[in-house]
Amino acid sequence: MPALPLGTGGTYVAAAYVVFLALIFVYVVVIGARAARLERDLAALTDALDKKEAAG
Amino acid sequence: MFGRGLRALSVATALAVLVAFGLIFFYAPNDADQGFVQKIFYLHVPLAIVCLGGFIAGGVLAVKFLRSGDRAWDLRSYVAIHMSVILGIAVLITGSIWAKASWGHWWVWNEPTLVVFLIVFLLYCVYQPLRFSIEDSERQARYASVFAITAGVFVPLCFAAVRLAQPLVHPRVLTGAGASLPPSMALTFFVCLLAMTLVYVTLCKVELTSKHSRDMIRRLRRRLEPAGG
Repeated sequence: MPALPLGTGGTYVAAAYVVFLALIFVYVVVIGARAARLERDLAALTDALDKKEAAG
Repeated sequence: MFGRGLRALSVATALAVLVAFGLIFFYAPNDADQGFVQKIFYLHVPLAIVCLGGFIAGGVLAVKFLRSGDRAWDLRSYVAIHMSVILGIAVLITGSIWAKASWGHWWVWNEPTLVVFLIVFLLYCVYQPLRFSIEDSERQARYASVFAITAGVFVPLCFAAVRLAQPLVHPRVLTGAGASLPPSMALTFFVCLLAMTLVYVTLCKVELTSKHSRDMIRRLRRRLEPAGG
């Protein structure tokens, strides 16, 4: 296993890969927030349907 | 509809990225000229290829929408371009980091490849404001498709022009004669290209599934509202 050269070159390589992983991470967080909102909307729709069925 | 096969695709993507990163750091040798810094190549170049391919795919999908009138193709075109713009940000940042490490500058304005990529990226940054400045959904889809097709044609033309430009600071690895790399580096590069393509397709599918679900919930709410009072 090659040693990671932590000189200037290694820092630049690490920075580039961290940028890529950070972008993916941010996207996963955004998708997670969106999924939570979808769940809330679905719950509200289910409540509305339940009320409609109970009334009718 | 859009989420079919997403689980298998996500697993395949995660595996491909793990294998690609393993090859980059434990298999591919250090470049004789640039040394360890050249490892950025395996991330930056596949990202750039997939990003530009996504822009062209956006144009092709827009053609399908205009031919069929099926809004699902417009959604696919929009998502393909949207995800390519996100990858474009990664391409510009990783490219700048590599430029600083190799050439000593974050950006080189007299290098045609860099400037053309920036122009293409900025062109596609206009797509979303243009699209959402139109309220009527039919006109929005039509105008966005025309933009996607015109810009999609512009992408290969730009890069063909750059290929003809001389002199070049930016290295040419993929030529008409194939990849000018030793076999171990070429294998690593093509695995990375496959991994980035899978990342792009998976993200597109996730985005499509999310947008489609939101759209279905909106329609359900509209159907419930009059009855609910």
